[in-house]
Amino acid sequence: MITRPAVTGYALQLGDDALIMAQRLGEWVSYAPELEEDVALGNIALDLLGQARALLSYAGEAEGRGRTEDDLAYFRDEREFTNLQIVELARGDFAEEMARQLAFSGYQFELYQRLQGSRDETLAAVAAKAVKEVAYHRDHATQWTLRLGDGTQESHRRMQAGLTRIWPYVDEMFRQDPLGEALAGDGLAVDASELRPAWTQYVAAVLREATLAWPETPAAPGGGRQGRHTEQMGYLLAEMQYLARCHPGARW
Amino acid sequence: MSRDWPLWEVFIRSRRGLSHIHAGSVHAPDAHMALRNARDLYTRRQEGVSIWVVPSSAITASSPDEKDPFFAPAADKAYRHPTFYDIPSEVQNL
Repeated sequence: MITRPAVTGYALQLGDDALIMAQRLGEWVSYAPELEEDVALGNIALDLLGQARALLSYAGEAEGRGRTEDDLAYFRDEREFTNLQIVELARGDFAEEMARQLAFSGYQFELYQRLQGSRDETLAAVAAKAVKEVAYHRDHATQWTLRLGDGTQESHRRMQAGLTRIWPYVDEMFRQDPLGEALAGDGLAVDASELRPAWTQYVAAVLREATLAWPETPAAPGGGRQGRHTEQMGYLLAEMQYLARCHPGARW
Repeated sequence: MSRDWPLWEVFIRSRRGLSHIHAGSVHAPDAHMALRNARDLYTRRQEGVSIWVVPSSAITASSPDEKDPFFAPAADKAYRHPTFYDIPSEVQNL
């Protein structure tokens, strides 16, 4: 018997991933190398925010304590967020962002593709809509990885350096999580550890074509799913939650 | 970086059966990225089902100086307009 708390926790995990990544990508607007990239990254952030809204709303519903998407986004503290650490890392240069986007959107793509078949109707519906969005995010990151990797000497160097900084956080995406694993057994969720082969195949092909080397970096300790975060997370939350906490109930 | 990225003209077809219409322009390093940038800029609200991008440098435009020889002679040739036919009222789309 699967209890609703498990579904709540799972929806929070995926919702937090999308929310925090959206917040980080939003930081790029007006800082990207071109106006066109401001718009592209802003669009990706908005797609992710849409996913986060659907997932956090559903988490609140399944929890049954009357918490809304806003309560969950703005009035939880750092240790209550269960996003992966890869999405909270501070913004680096554009190449590093593309390395993160390639890794994370590739992960989301494999995840949502399988989650479309969930026996949970809401999760399946969110995944079916989101998979088309993240397919585009992955393509955007792929195009840039190819151009920067196989571009000039300097762009190659920076793309490779970006991969090296991001790669320690890749392992956490595929760690077995008790929640996902239990729900996967019931056909409700996706066991993240099953996503690694397909993800690796796609990303390795991109790096090969982009003349980039697969970074051999040791994995970071991780722990995002258990509410343990890097020091950059607090700053992100402070900025994201400031307005809602200073002016509770503020409306646009 | 701006000075390195060429300009592309974007044409959008809003639905099947219509022709592509000029929507605006984008900067992009190459044609593939231009298509993606155009998608992000001009089809956010379901404006299109097909996009063309063309290097702006490939377009030859008429010059404002040539306005008179190009367009003025058409002004007094009313017989070129199909306004002298009686259209039966049953005809819906003409």
